[in-house]
Amino acid sequence: MTPAIAVRGLVKRYGRRTVVDNVDLTVMPGRVCGFLGPNGSGKTTTLRLICGLLTPDGGSGTCLGEDLIAGRAAIKRQTGYMTQKFGLYEDLSIRENLEFAGDVHGIADLRARVDAALDRLGLAARQHQLAGALSGGWKQRLALAACVLHAPRLLLLDEPTAGVDPKARRDFWDEIHALAATGITVLVSTHYMDEAERCHEIAYIAYGKLLARGSAAEVIAASGLVAWVATGEGADRLAIRLRDAPGVTAAAAFGASLHVCGPDQAALAAAIAPLRGAPGIVWQEAPATLEDVFIHLMRQVPDNAGQG
Amino acid sequence: MRGTLRRMRAIIRKEVLQLRRDRLTFAMMFGLPIMQLVMFGYAIDNDPKALPTALLAADHGTMPRAIVAALGNTGYFAISHSVTSEAEADALLQRGEVQFVVTIPADFTRRVIRHERAQIAVEADATDPTTTGNALAAVEPAVARALARELTGPLAGLAPRAGPVEVVLHRRYNPEGSTRDNVVPGLLAVILTMTMVMMTALAVTREYERGTMENLLAMPIRPIEVMLGKIAPYIAIGSVQVAVVLVAAKLLFDVPMIGSLALLSAATLLFITVNLAIGFTFSTVARNQLQAMQMSFFFLMPSILLSGFAFPFRGMPGWAQLVGEALPATHFLRVVRAVMLKGAGLADIAAELAALLLLLGLVGALALARYRVTLD
Repeated sequence: MTPAIAVRGLVKRYGRRTVVDNVDLTVMPGRVCGFLGPNGSGKTTTLRLICGLLTPDGGSGTCLGEDLIAGRAAIKRQTGYMTQKFGLYEDLSIRENLEFAGDVHGIADLRARVDAALDRLGLAARQHQLAGALSGGWKQRLALAACVLHAPRLLLLDEPTAGVDPKARRDFWDEIHALAATGITVLVSTHYMDEAERCHEIAYIAYGKLLARGSAAEVIAASGLVAWVATGEGADRLAIRLRDAPGVTAAAAFGASLHVCGPDQAALAAAIAPLRGAPGIVWQEAPATLEDVFIHLMRQVPDNAGQG
Repeated sequence: MRGTLRRMRAIIRKEVLQLRRDRLTFAMMFGLPIMQLVMFGYAIDNDPKALPTALLAADHGTMPRAIVAALGNTGYFAISHSVTSEAEADALLQRGEVQFVVTIPADFTRRVIRHERAQIAVEADATDPTTTGNALAAVEPAVARALARELTGPLAGLAPRAGPVEVVLHRRYNPEGSTRDNVVPGLLAVILTMTMVMMTALAVTREYERGTMENLLAMPIRPIEVMLGKIAPYIAIGSVQVAVVLVAAKLLFDVPMIGSLALLSAATLLFITVNLAIGFTFSTVARNQLQAMQMSFFFLMPSILLSGFAFPFRGMPGWAQLVGEALPATHFLRVVRAVMLKGAGLADIAAELAALLLLLGLVGALALARYRVTLD
């Protein structure tokens, strides 16, 4: 099976700053791949390189079997790209926006397709409202509907659920999985850990470099992180005393409990040893979380944002 | 090919819908020509008449009175003040209450009869030469006419004799020297430059500013399709503006339309297209709508001042004429005035049309070269 995305050594520079630094990425058809990383890590730039909105300064590859540069037009025809900022026309109605997208893609039975999309969205009754009048969650769902109208084989979604309430996020992800079930490949960038866990696989990028790849469980296992959880009265307040201790990557309070992690089992045990005598607090070993891994990875890479 | 047409139609339809919902812009596009027509057509006259004049007459004989009446008959002089001293006259001129002071000395009639050269003084507030120019030129012929009528009988010998050379003046194409006949056709160039350049510049930068360009670029649509789709609605709007101006010229201002309307329409279409291409080029440089607006105004200023619309083209120094020649408005102005007032045919305006075509080629190529298919 040909991969939906297969790029090697992608590089994009702005002036002296390397925003995407030698990124390799392969995604097989029908997979939902989560694209994670801190702000300014190059997620958006990578997505734009893949869909032909930016010209890479280095690297090569294929997207849906077409060459990344020579096949740009063919890639655009079969790809749906949802921008981070709402990219539809706020002064056009919901229906007009969908019809515009359909016309540009040359869809044959446009009327029926738009009707079907409106029904699926549950926006048939509001189709003549201006898109700008929709709430954030509805705007995102409309944007998604507009970029899947032409039945693309690849979906690139750039932080589609930023600023959207949990219910709308859940609906949005149900739709993504429904689309993936029909064979569409999805590459979706996000900041949310729960969303990362809903992906088949994840790719973690920081400061332009791809740092981790695989399923959530694989990424956690590969990190080699270990963790402890402390519960009991006042456990959360210990976070501040552990944060800078040697052997501790992160110590964070979750409600009344404390979650501590570190790369080395013995060092972490030594770090928490002085606190274990506190009365009423129970310490337990726990699996590391995806969030632990990302904080750990971020600390390892020197910040190159200041070099520009 | 069918795909191209459909994508262009999609862009055109979208632009029209957006335009229709942008009430203020829509109002501006039709309000602006009407406002300019009213202002330039009704309010502006480069040949002002009935200018307030103070008369300082020390001689009240029939001859001076005939001369004053003749001055009044030119239409330029309206005696508003009769003064008795030079100081009083000076004060009126200084305060700007009168445009002219006509002084007739006490010995005027006597000197005429005695064959001594008599004098009349006409002082003008010439701060604005346009206001006084035509009036001053009318003084001498008026005086000569008055004298010719007055100096009869025994005084006939004093009447100014015809010189050996007769100068025949013939103001062709605009015999009455009507400002409207010159300005209203010129307005076509100004209105179209103003709205067409600005509207297209805004239409494209708006996409960048609102973040919709990224979405548009990610779709399978070619730059030429976006460009043509975006400018097509404005060609229609420009045509409506032209129709408004031409109908107003005919019905309200009585400006002649001697030449071929078809020829004028074809030239206008070419001019509109050049302006749209310029606007599109601006939009590829400007980062936001404000900058696009500022660039449009920078372009509009010379188009009004150096094109020959506001001031005589031949009165400008060489470098300014050179700048003027590079502006489409200059060439279009000549075409409109030539066709409407002089009945010029295709051969007469071919050079101006060629200049417009050349500008279109240059600007169009620049616009397409600068339009980015990517966000790089």
